[in-house]
Amino acid sequence: MKDMLVQVEPLIPALRRYARALVRDRAAADDLVQDCLERAVSRWHQRRDGSVRAWLFTILHNLAVTQFRQATSRGRHMPIDDAGESELVSAAAQEHRVIYQDVLNKLARLPEEQRAVLLLVAVEDLSYADAAAVLNIPVGTVMSRLSRARERLVQEMDGVAPGNVVALRGMK
Amino acid sequence: MSQRPIMEDDLHAYVDHALAPERRAEIASYLDDHPDVSVRVAAFAAQREQLRGALASIADEPLPVELNLSHIIESRKRRPLRAWAAIAALLLLGIGGLGGWSMRSLLPDGSSGLSALAQEAAYSYGVYAPDRVRPVEIRASDSAELTQWVSNRLKQPVKVPDLAVSGYRLMGGRLVATAHGPAAMFMYDDDHGDRLVVLTRPMSNGNQDTPMLPQSTGDVAGLAWADSGMGYTLVGQLPADTLKPIANEIRKQARPI
Repeated sequence: MKDMLVQVEPLIPALRRYARALVRDRAAADDLVQDCLERAVSRWHQRRDGSVRAWLFTILHNLAVTQFRQATSRGRHMPIDDAGESELVSAAAQEHRVIYQDVLNKLARLPEEQRAVLLLVAVEDLSYADAAAVLNIPVGTVMSRLSRARERLVQEMDGVAPGNVVALRGMK
Repeated sequence: MSQRPIMEDDLHAYVDHALAPERRAEIASYLDDHPDVSVRVAAFAAQREQLRGALASIADEPLPVELNLSHIIESRKRRPLRAWAAIAALLLLGIGGLGGWSMRSLLPDGSSGLSALAQEAAYSYGVYAPDRVRPVEIRASDSAELTQWVSNRLKQPVKVPDLAVSGYRLMGGRLVATAHGPAAMFMYDDDHGDRLVVLTRPMSNGNQDTPMLPQSTGDVAGLAWADSGMGYTLVGQLPADTLKPIANEIRKQARPI
């Protein structure tokens, strides 16, 4: 249990950040992380070799997806747009507040699967292979979702006409 | 130039700092020659920085007490005993008379099948193994009486495994209560005083034969399996791979010849 403490504890802040960026509600996100940590403690000896970071994000992501599905099947949607912006950017520097709020609002409008890829890769620094393992999809699918997420976010950020994207697509 | 063609994946890997240095240099020089693509890549990079900046403060927040990992580990260790205490309290209050239903709802997930069996063994281990006065009700010297008693109550012929070959002596046994009826518990120790518990009881329908699987509850590890409708589990505070050969020996002896 000692090695578990040493390996898992430093990753808790990143797990919180991912959960909150995904569900946008502080209490719900921390509940997910707590559930994730309890499962990690009970399954520590069952984990396979490999990245502890990817293993923890896998547990957390699956819990979040289960919660999304339950919320949808109950006909109740997660309070994504209702969540107070201050919760997400409370300590952010004042001059960046507007930009930060804007990017988070746009992020929240991405489909959940694109948002998850973008967060794991661009914010949590998971390798493409680890992100694929967390989401249980091929690396090629990670790349195409990442590409769609970035294009969509860029278009929304500066209102670029979709025609400008052709140059990039044409290269494949 | 013998350079590989530039793929869109390369541009994302460039933004995510995921390229080997040579490839990174190739992409950089491509971007120098293609300002239109360069603008888009710069937009991706800026977006990446904005996302990281917007979310950075969350990771700097002090952790709430619910996310204190040491507390989570501690409370997990205590849980088996607490669940056992809750069941014992119910029995004392006579509420247990309502049947297994109310007790079963107290047990954590997976309260059927092998994981339930292993958990019951872990509870028994937690209560009886530390007991220095009376860990067993019938001692090994009266093993014929022990065998007859548990066989009558389980309505099955029960054999007491002999673990001498593994270095463990039978201390004795007792009947224990589980959410699935009575179970026979046998306790063993070795020269260091390390104790092992074997628990066996009939399985409910659908668990006639189940291969041996590792199980763990807190720091009590174990293995559980079912043979011809009887469930068996071996638990102890030893690594699962140390327990495995002992469990194999028990399985071999318990099988009807």
